[in-house]
Amino acid sequence: MVFSTVTKIMKKEGDIMENFHYEICNRCLIVYILKDLDHHEVTYLREKSDRLIDAGDVKNIVFDFENVDFMDSSGIGLIMGRYKKVLFIGGRAAVTNVGKSVDRIFKMSGLYKIIEKYDTPACAVEVLEGRRAL
Amino acid sequence: MKIIFESCSENEAFARTVVASYMMRLNPTMEEIADVKTAVSEAVTNCIIHGYDGRDGDIEMECIIHNKEIEITIIDYGVGIPDIEKAMEPLYTTKPEWERSGMGFAFMEAFMDGLSVKSEAGKGTKVVLKKVIGQNNSIAC
Repeated sequence: MVFSTVTKIMKKEGDIMENFHYEICNRCLIVYILKDLDHHEVTYLREKSDRLIDAGDVKNIVFDFENVDFMDSSGIGLIMGRYKKVLFIGGRAAVTNVGKSVDRIFKMSGLYKIIEKYDTPACAVEVLEGRRAL
Repeated sequence: MKIIFESCSENEAFARTVVASYMMRLNPTMEEIADVKTAVSEAVTNCIIHGYDGRDGDIEMECIIHNKEIEITIIDYGVGIPDIEKAMEPLYTTKPEWERSGMGFAFMEAFMDGLSVKSEAGKGTKVVLKKVIGQNNSIAC
């Protein structure tokens, strides 16, 4: 299992942070979004994930949507913003466990032209981190 | 149905949930509910971010059902939009620093059957969204 290599689990910070969960696997930050993603939620998630990218040795970022039923254009802005950030350091961005309604938003916005989609975070980490994750 | 709520970001989820409940009598599909929720979320977010620019203010939301059509009117009394045509261009945003994608009006247009925007500088903005439910006309993508 890829997750046997999980080096660190970031604990929740404050109330609002219960809406997200983070893991760092090698140089890959995995953000598990646990709630519908709109402008309100994005505000906190952006700040927290940027702090993790800046603080850690993060190169790639994966957003997991298993628990997300709803997303609006704010989510597109969030993912694009983090993509630009990791691109600058030669990293890649991916989304996983994308449900039907979120998938429609991604397709409509053209996000898949730059963001990769995988079934699970484990699949994404395997591809983004290469053999080092195995 | 008419409600007035404060322009705080917590109310984005509240507004779209209210509309989703209101439209249940039309027996919508999951996709139709998702379409309407997205459009409402975009419109209300616009009121908060652009109309009131983070300041306090009231947002009015009215829903009417005529036969199979739901009509949602969302009003703010904020700064208004100087150039509506420009604002509706996909990817255009006045707030790139906040990572706004500029897709708000494009999503409203794509997910609904009708969109009209009226605005006056310094007075506010009124967005009217319409969608016929049960026509199986959700966009396929």
